[in-house]
Amino acid sequence: MITLTEVLTLSGLLFSIAVAGVFLNRKNVILLLMCIELMLLAVNFNFVAFSRFLGDINGQIFVFFILTVAAAEAAIGLAILVVLFRERRSIDVEDLDSLQG
Amino acid sequence: MMFETLLFFAFSAVLVGAAFGVILARNPVYSALLLVLCFFNSAVIWLMLDAEFLGIVLVLVYVGAVMVLFLFVVMMLDVNLEELRKGLAGYWPIAAVVAGLMVFAILDVVVVKHLGGVSLGAAPPLPADYSNTRVLGEALFTRYAYPAQIAAVILLVASIAAIVLTLRHRPGVKPQNVGEQVRVSAKDRVRLVKMAPEKRP
Repeated sequence: MITLTEVLTLSGLLFSIAVAGVFLNRKNVILLLMCIELMLLAVNFNFVAFSRFLGDINGQIFVFFILTVAAAEAAIGLAILVVLFRERRSIDVEDLDSLQG
Repeated sequence: MMFETLLFFAFSAVLVGAAFGVILARNPVYSALLLVLCFFNSAVIWLMLDAEFLGIVLVLVYVGAVMVLFLFVVMMLDVNLEELRKGLAGYWPIAAVVAGLMVFAILDVVVVKHLGGVSLGAAPPLPADYSNTRVLGEALFTRYAYPAQIAAVILLVASIAAIVLTLRHRPGVKPQNVGEQVRVSAKDRVRLVKMAPEKRP
């Protein structure tokens, strides 16, 4: 029998790992996008768990919309990344400082 | 310990291990493949939480589309990996501290304070003829009909935006213009010349 506490703990662990990944991979924008996907997955875990334990389908509808928006975000983010690499030959976050003046 | 709990812990362990692999892997290709493993394990856990439709959608949409896109981009950009890893070793203490604080805060709310005393014991039993897809579809196409259409528009805009962003016009190439090729008629191409026949000298 899965309890709510276990699922929420798992989701919190996943989210924290993704946050640590943002710190550790600051030079690679692709990995930053992957860490964001992990965070969204952790949030979706919370929605699914609460939807099951409260007996309310609306949480799963929200997961559905989050998946939609995350797919759109990944598509546009990767397209921007490809254009960026074509222009600057680099995907290091620290190289993206041309707005600094 | 029941079999279901054992399965849950096994899949959770693989999930957390794969998530660590994603952020620590030396090669972005390994990161992408480990993220695929994460999504598969999450789909299994969602199936155990009776969210069958979303579990399958996670595999189809994420593993089938989004992660393939990620892998495609990782392999298309020839990034200098040594350059990317340089100077990042010093960041692990702050990463560990921030992540540890977040785990501590979340465990405090979830385990110690039990969500502020809300009692959510066992999951409510589902009726024998419960169909997750049916319930989800009924909610999605009645109460959430307009949001569903907005989500469709977002996907359309995203696909058009991805094409427009990556389209490039290179000077110096000679592409076909299909419209002009179709529109051409024999009169423009062939010129018939009347001339007197010539004699062999």
